[in-house]
Amino acid sequence: MCASPLHTLNPSARRMSSTTQTSSSIMATRQVGNRVPKTRATAVLGSLLKYAVLITLSAFFLIPLFWMISTSLKSPDELMVWPPIWIPNPIRWDNYITAFERAQFGQYVVNTLLVTIPSVIGALISNTLIGYGFGKVRWPGRDAIFGIVLATLILPSFITFIPLYVTFRNIGWLNTYAPLIVPTFLGNAFYIFLLRQFMMQLPDELLDAARVDGANEWRIFAQVVLPLCRPALAVVALFQFIGSWNDFFGPLIYVSDKAKLTIALGIANMQSSFGPSNFAWIMAATFMSVAPIIVLFFFTQRTFIEGIKMTGIKG
Amino acid sequence: MQHANTLTSSGRARRLSPQQRRSILVGLSFISPWIIGFLAFQVYPLFASLYYSFTFFPILGTPRFIGLANYENLLADPRFLTSLGNTAYYALFAVPLGIIVGILLALLLNTKTRARPVFRTIFYLPSILPVVATAIVWQWMFNPRAGIINYLLNAIGINGPGWLGSPEWAKPALIIMSLWGVGSAVLIYLAALQDVPRELVEAAQLDGAGRVQQFWNVTIPMISPVILFNLITGLIGASQYFTQAYVMTGGSGRPADSTLMMSIYLWQTAFNYFKIGYASAQAWVLFVIILVLTLLFFRLSGRFVYYSGK
Repeated sequence: MCASPLHTLNPSARRMSSTTQTSSSIMATRQVGNRVPKTRATAVLGSLLKYAVLITLSAFFLIPLFWMISTSLKSPDELMVWPPIWIPNPIRWDNYITAFERAQFGQYVVNTLLVTIPSVIGALISNTLIGYGFGKVRWPGRDAIFGIVLATLILPSFITFIPLYVTFRNIGWLNTYAPLIVPTFLGNAFYIFLLRQFMMQLPDELLDAARVDGANEWRIFAQVVLPLCRPALAVVALFQFIGSWNDFFGPLIYVSDKAKLTIALGIANMQSSFGPSNFAWIMAATFMSVAPIIVLFFFTQRTFIEGIKMTGIKG
Repeated sequence: MQHANTLTSSGRARRLSPQQRRSILVGLSFISPWIIGFLAFQVYPLFASLYYSFTFFPILGTPRFIGLANYENLLADPRFLTSLGNTAYYALFAVPLGIIVGILLALLLNTKTRARPVFRTIFYLPSILPVVATAIVWQWMFNPRAGIINYLLNAIGINGPGWLGSPEWAKPALIIMSLWGVGSAVLIYLAALQDVPRELVEAAQLDGAGRVQQFWNVTIPMISPVILFNLITGLIGASQYFTQAYVMTGGSGRPADSTLMMSIYLWQTAFNYFKIGYASAQAWVLFVIILVLTLLFFRLSGRFVYYSGK
């Protein structure tokens, strides 16, 4: 029996609490005294209502995805009709092939991976080192500098991108992926915060034991702390992968060579350079840009939820 | 150990012991990637853009100092003022709406049902999808002649507007679309709701507080730090709102500049009109506005935000 069902918001659970005598009978009687006891019918009704609301809201979140898939399988003459067609007939699977033929979608995938994979590696290496420096090494001035790290979270990208563009142009980095990759090797305030919080939770005794054994900070970092950080590292890898995969502004500014476009930039280009009659295969390309993220999400759902809890700014 | 060393050297005021000096060296070497990145990608560009904002700087030329001329021109630039207004309009609706809808969805999920993981997934998933892709789909859904939004409105007897083709309805369309990405905030609120101490809720119930009173007097104060966090990040996000408007209007701010956001105009100034100095002045005005608003919210938060001492 649960310790105290009073607190649950679920109407059916609360109905139980007023009929069953729990450990503290005073609480139960006070509760009955204070409110009209619910009947079974109203509880069921409330529950049904809640599900009705949840399902209606789900439609708002699911219809765009359904519409994306449905449009990607239409023939050109099914695109601009009223009423809109929900399920295309015949189903045009070949739109997915057209996306590869007409717009080098395969090239975009390769390009995107050329940015994404090094970025994930960069984020993992740099942020674990930095997170350890802030989370587990004790040194004077550490917390003041960490304050600066947090302050940079509110620094908007529009204030920095113009001088960065000028610099990257002057050193010949335009139309390369270096402006997108190099910064990931130099830390990110959000991931630093996440890893620092995670490392601070690790018991100091573990580290002190290693210190007594004569290990220096680098060995402690590599052999004691790093293996314990796997859940946090998974979160960083996942978020960075999605961040790089989805990034539009960076490639837009730094990459203009048609052969070097990433997926996000590529599909935006398709949409502006082909007419509406091409929309079905463009939607096929769009869905192919989304599908890997959906698949990744279903395999790593727990990591996502953990990640949000880790960064859920407690206290 | 460090403590003992500090004591021995306490005669010489504020002198760091050799051990402390070594610990600083170790600490700095671990954070050295951040120091490089901070200086190269944040401090330098911040000051460089401030300098550029006082110059005439064609994208292929070199900067020439012109004093405050860029800022003076901004005040008389109708498109700049329009873009400020558009961004303010978007932020004023999208940020509070995102907070309210986020909390409501989190409250709905914060009940003991077996279906919770399913709905949580449904609400969250759209928020991690590529923005370009979602913008393309929503643009198609908002199509007045063949889109499903007006079709669904039609089905319940409403004659849908022209959405992205109409100067009045283009921004509301963007705001509606922004709610599709509310899922990550929902999960943050949900985590906060689950942290609300049960004793507090029980105490309120014992005192005869109804559901609504519990919500306003217990739940909201307890999750207020999270609301502040989402308010500030939402504000910063809204000020940088770019990709959706860019993709849906081809970077033009159509129709009639109604979707010309600050960041879109800034981008146009730099990369269509090639005026680096003028664009930098815009960036600084926007930056100062955000800085002032953020500080203001932090100040006000002392009155409205409740921090349970942990």
